Amino acid sequence: MSVQDRTDTAATSRPERPARRRRKLGRFVLPTYSWLVIAYLVFPIALMIIYSFNRVVGGLQQVSFSWNGFTTQWYRQWSNVPGLTSSFWLSIRLALVSTLIATVLGTLLAIALVRYRSNKFRGKVAVEQVLFLNIAAPEIVMGASLLGLFVTFNVARGFLTLVLAHVMFSIAYVTVTVRARLSGFDRSLEEAAYDLGANPLTTFRLVTLPLIMPGVLAGALMAFALSIDDFVTSNFVSGTAPPFPVWVYGATRVGIPPQVFVFGTFIFMVGIAFAVMSIVLSRKKS
Amino acid sequence: MGGSLDTTDESRSTAGATTRSDHPVVVCLEDVTKIFEDAPAVDDLNLEIYDGEFFSLLGPSGCGKTTTLRMIGGFEEPTSGRILLGGREVTYLAPYHRDVNTVFQSYALFPHLNVFDNVAFGLRRKKLTKVEVARRVGSILEIVDLPHYEKRKASQLSGGQQQRVALARALVNEPTLLLLDEPMSALDAKLRRQMQIELKRIQSQVGITFLYVTHDQEEAMTMSDRLAVMRSGKIEGIGSPRDVYDSPSTEFVATFLGASNLLAGTLEAASGALSSVTLTDGTSLSVPHERVPALAGSTTLKVGVRPEKISIGVAGTSVPAGHNALRGRVRVSTFTGVGNQYLVDSVSGTELTVYAQNIGQELAPRSGDEVVLTWPIEHTFAVVPMTGSNDEESTNDEE
Ligand SMILES: Nc1ncnc2c1ncn2[C@@H]1O[C@H](COP(=O)(O)OP(=O)(O)OP(=O)(O)O)[C@@H](O)[C@H]1O
Ligand SMILES: [Mg+2]
Repeated sequence: MSVQDRTDTAATSRPERPARRRRKLGRFVLPTYSWLVIAYLVFPIALMIIYSFNRVVGGLQQVSFSWNGFTTQWYRQWSNVPGLTSSFWLSIRLALVSTLIATVLGTLLAIALVRYRSNKFRGKVAVEQVLFLNIAAPEIVMGASLLGLFVTFNVARGFLTLVLAHVMFSIAYVTVTVRARLSGFDRSLEEAAYDLGANPLTTFRLVTLPLIMPGVLAGALMAFALSIDDFVTSNFVSGTAPPFPVWVYGATRVGIPPQVFVFGTFIFMVGIAFAVMSIVLSRKKS
Repeated sequence: MGGSLDTTDESRSTAGATTRSDHPVVVCLEDVTKIFEDAPAVDDLNLEIYDGEFFSLLGPSGCGKTTTLRMIGGFEEPTSGRILLGGREVTYLAPYHRDVNTVFQSYALFPHLNVFDNVAFGLRRKKLTKVEVARRVGSILEIVDLPHYEKRKASQLSGGQQQRVALARALVNEPTLLLLDEPMSALDAKLRRQMQIELKRIQSQVGITFLYVTHDQEEAMTMSDRLAVMRSGKIEGIGSPRDVYDSPSTEFVATFLGASNLLAGTLEAASGALSSVTLTDGTSLSVPHERVPALAGSTTLKVGVRPEKISIGVAGTSVPAGHNALRGRVRVSTFTGVGNQYLVDSVSGTELTVYAQNIGQELAPRSGDEVVLTWPIEHTFAVVPMTGSNDEESTNDEE
């Protein structure tokens, strides 16, 4: 037994030496690199959060990047800039509505693309190409062409045109995400449900949807995030009431009110909350 | 196995306790054909399965077993033909309107539901009360021997347990017919044997008709009341395991179901109950008349005998009455514990396999010995030589 042990340790320690050296290297290089990346990504956000607590000197209420002292004034007066608040709520409404529509349509499209071969689903290849184009095409092209379209057909620019545009650019992302989830889907599960007396609708509700839900949620989150921060397309198709990013851009010309940083911080925190939640949920599952 | 030469009737009557041709027909396939991309997977199939029987579809890979099952389950529509369930035509009826349940090869348990909800799935579709659902799920889990597993997820079960849940989920609906597509193929040999016994017990306990698909001939023979051997979308032999084994109807059945020695010959005139076949070397063998298949024009056929039916004796041994005899020379003699296996080069040029049980009486012939092989005439059969492709043969070597 002891002889066995000794030979075992001898056998395992020998080839370990180069691996250990590599690991030592990894112990420093990888973390350093990771922290650099994190700093690079987080620094601007951190700056924004810090300056959302910055006091303003002088008559004009606009952000400056010299530190004048700590205040929570902007948090207390978050809704004091009328145009800003309404643009924020518009963005939220826009994101909710367009996410809902894009998620439903994108999910159904993904199911159709996975389920039917091109001999039954005419135009399948064309749909796939268009989806790819939709993701790959520069937003400026889509925004400009949408504007052209709306002007040509005399469509008044407003909430409707914003929703149309946002659904258009998020649908492809939802489809791609859901399709990835569906491609590993075992169709015999649906056959089993039919076999047990469930009609196609019940089967979708009780079997298919619960199983692809993670993909659908991920797609919805992506659509929401895309909508909330979209500037280029929105700038073309919004009417007199601009959504949040367009309003902020407009404000930069006259001076950004500090409340913009408050809203920015809030949106970031909500994003963090979602990320943490998804990590917790996936931990719990495994 | 008595003296009677009327073996077909005899084997019918021994199997009579298990065949149920007097029972009502549960499933009936009439001239069913399924063509995938112009190659028929199922070719003009006719099949009747009786109430309460354990029926197996047996055949090599790709012969159309799964396709047949899927058409009965409603997952595939036949290209032509009709399917009747309990007398009612269901050929194009959706699966959720059929009184049939399936145990899928991959089990197809719902991964997001626990065992209870999996089993209750079918009952809930029938709008049974909560109490009734709980009662029936509880009792079926008792039957499949998984009483305290209701709360487990499917992924937390072993392969054998998953299979039992899949079985329970189908059986709890009390279908008129249960379809099982190679339900054992994911289990290891030992568990498989155990589950075969379990499955047989459960079937007799619930009394539901089972249509069982397998490519394991031993499994089919041990479990079935009746079985059908399929090849290239057609049924080549059907009946009780004993019938099909003892009087195979085609060369394919003779070689797929167990091992057979087949000797080419020409059919001579029949005399009374026996037909006489002359082998290539002139040896004449007798075959019970009713075991000679109808030959379309030609007189060439193959005479068959199972290896365990042959007695091996030293050359010159007298041939008992009512036996066929063939001379030969032992090429290989192998001791296998339970017996001896011989490969004998017969005078007709064909190599024969002989199994002799180890009952410790005679001195075993050694390789090179001149021997005479004898076997009762009633254990002799004849088949039409196989035509067409032999490509399937390679896939169905004995297990
Ligand atoms: N959906 C399909 N499309 C095209 N061909 C198919 C399809 N399903 C089955 N086939 C073909 O039909 C034939 C019979 O297939 P089937 O699955 O019924 O065989 P099987 O007897 O169940 O074989 P195995 O023992 O390997 O499961 C095969 O040649 C197969 O390639
Ligand atoms: Mg199969």
